[in-house]
Amino acid sequence: MSTAAPDAATRATTPQATHGVRRPRMPYVLLVPAVAVLALGLGYPVYWQVITSLQKYGLAQQFGQPPEFVGLTNYTGILTDGYFWSVAGKSIVFCLVNAFVTVAIGVAVALLMRAVPTWVRIVLQVGLLVAWAMPLVAAVTVWKWLFDWRTGVVNWFLTQLGATGFDGHNWLAEPLSFFFVATVIIVWMSVPFVALSVFAALTQVPDEVLEAATIDGAGPSKIFRWIIVPMIRPVLSIVLLLQIIWDLRVFAQIRLLQDSGAPVKETNLLGNYIYELGIGRQDFASAAAVSILVLALTIAVSWPYVRSLLAEDKS
Amino acid sequence: MSATTAPTPATRAGASRPVAARSGPSAARVRRVTGKVIASAVALLIAAVWAFPVYWMVLSAFTPNARLRSMPPSFWPASPTTTNFEGAVTGTNFASALRMSLAVTGLTVVAVLLFAFLAALAISRFRFRGRTSFVITVLVVQMLPAEGLFIAQYKMLATAGMLNTVVGVSLFYVAAIVPFTIWMLRGFVAGVPADLEEAAMIDGLSRSQAFFRITLPLLAPGLVAAGVYAFLQAWNEFTVALVALPAESAQTLPLWLRGFLAASANRGVDWGQVMAASTLIAIPVIIFFVLVQNRMTSGLVSGAVKG
Repeated sequence: MSTAAPDAATRATTPQATHGVRRPRMPYVLLVPAVAVLALGLGYPVYWQVITSLQKYGLAQQFGQPPEFVGLTNYTGILTDGYFWSVAGKSIVFCLVNAFVTVAIGVAVALLMRAVPTWVRIVLQVGLLVAWAMPLVAAVTVWKWLFDWRTGVVNWFLTQLGATGFDGHNWLAEPLSFFFVATVIIVWMSVPFVALSVFAALTQVPDEVLEAATIDGAGPSKIFRWIIVPMIRPVLSIVLLLQIIWDLRVFAQIRLLQDSGAPVKETNLLGNYIYELGIGRQDFASAAAVSILVLALTIAVSWPYVRSLLAEDKS
Repeated sequence: MSATTAPTPATRAGASRPVAARSGPSAARVRRVTGKVIASAVALLIAAVWAFPVYWMVLSAFTPNARLRSMPPSFWPASPTTTNFEGAVTGTNFASALRMSLAVTGLTVVAVLLFAFLAALAISRFRFRGRTSFVITVLVVQMLPAEGLFIAQYKMLATAGMLNTVVGVSLFYVAAIVPFTIWMLRGFVAGVPADLEEAAMIDGLSRSQAFFRITLPLLAPGLVAAGVYAFLQAWNEFTVALVALPAESAQTLPLWLRGFLAASANRGVDWGQVMAASTLIAIPVIIFFVLVQNRMTSGLVSGAVKG
């Protein structure tokens, strides 16, 4: 399935050249709508943020005073603010923990899919797909119901298991258990993609190779470490990278969980901090500066992924 | 691969040991079968854990709220009712949120398909100056997070007087979704050889006839996949909608669901109704998603899977 597209791309290379020579203006005309919408919807906002982050833009400017150029003052203000660093630190730790936990569970589930009979694997795949398909807001809402302090199933279940202190326990009141719930939700939402992608990669590992290794006396852990991991490394690294990128953007999950009376200041991550600065306090200059920092961080992290896609386009 | 024949490729690939099996003692066979049974049990448990929240949502949606408040919870349908759905649908703003979601999603899907298709045609059928820069731009901007842009997007709409409008929010949705759909469609367009179109033209069709009769039908699966992808993104989007549609009357369904839960929280949450509301939003999405997920996954990691 996945190999079909690149093959086709190479096949089509020859006629492209002749087209290009014959109608040189055609491709530019075709690109106009896409370029226009990207310029207006993404390009201008980025430009506005760069400019605004270099200006003084507070309530006075809201009421019509012209903004004043202040250089990097907004950036130095943020970078010397302890709260910014605590938010940034939390975001990065949260992102890495979620990404690694997701990938670890995803790989384990993918290996399990290989080891079970077909009908069990199909049941597992359907379970994963259904979870993956859940719209984000609906998913967070259901998990809030599961973790509800009064009548939630999680507290009931833990109490049944004999754990004490969970009857009426409010998970979202404490920052640490708040982030634990957020991690459960995000890992639940993300594992299906990882598991199904890694499983697809595992099906490309030839059985003969594994068989040969077994005959040579390699145990399961050696086979995993020295044969399976090297063969699926490209998929593993892409999947891990995508998880890191996606787990940096968890504004919605955190915002929705905060609605249930969580301590906002202690549970803000970068996106939520930007929202609070901009929409909440109308401090657009600082909000723009933090946004630019987040965009720069995202592009830096995404670069290897972009390069790998680009290599695919070239081939 | 059938489940009944003993040494399927899957078992050989797993932790079992064909060496032991080949020498034939029944102890090894027993061990292999036990291993398989344990693996299957764990797999079924994981399937249950992952599907449970969705099951619980649908079950709660059909359970009377009084029953949901009492302990212990019941895990099977007990006295199912549809009153929760009636409560959710007749509650404030559902109708307007549905209309808004349909308008935003419809506009987004149409614009995304048209713009992305034209751009995909350009980059997969032509070699031109600036092509590589365009491809790099598309790949980079698709990574930009909404959180890093939504303050500027909010200000932009506010300045233009376009907060709470379908066109305003759709502009940002289209801009966010177009890059990945260009990437998706690029493969499909390249998969239809231009030779085919030219051959049809030699056989007497005009260029537009050749396009509509030959190329477009071959592209249909790709367009459907891209359209469903755009639908899912726009239908589920929360972050940009939150800043672009602040008025209650302009809410889309995800915002409405959040508000519905908040309003319910004031009188001790009516989880039955909230789950009915969640189910209404989720079910069409789950159906669409399961139909096309294969194509979307392979699009994301195809560069890596290629062997």
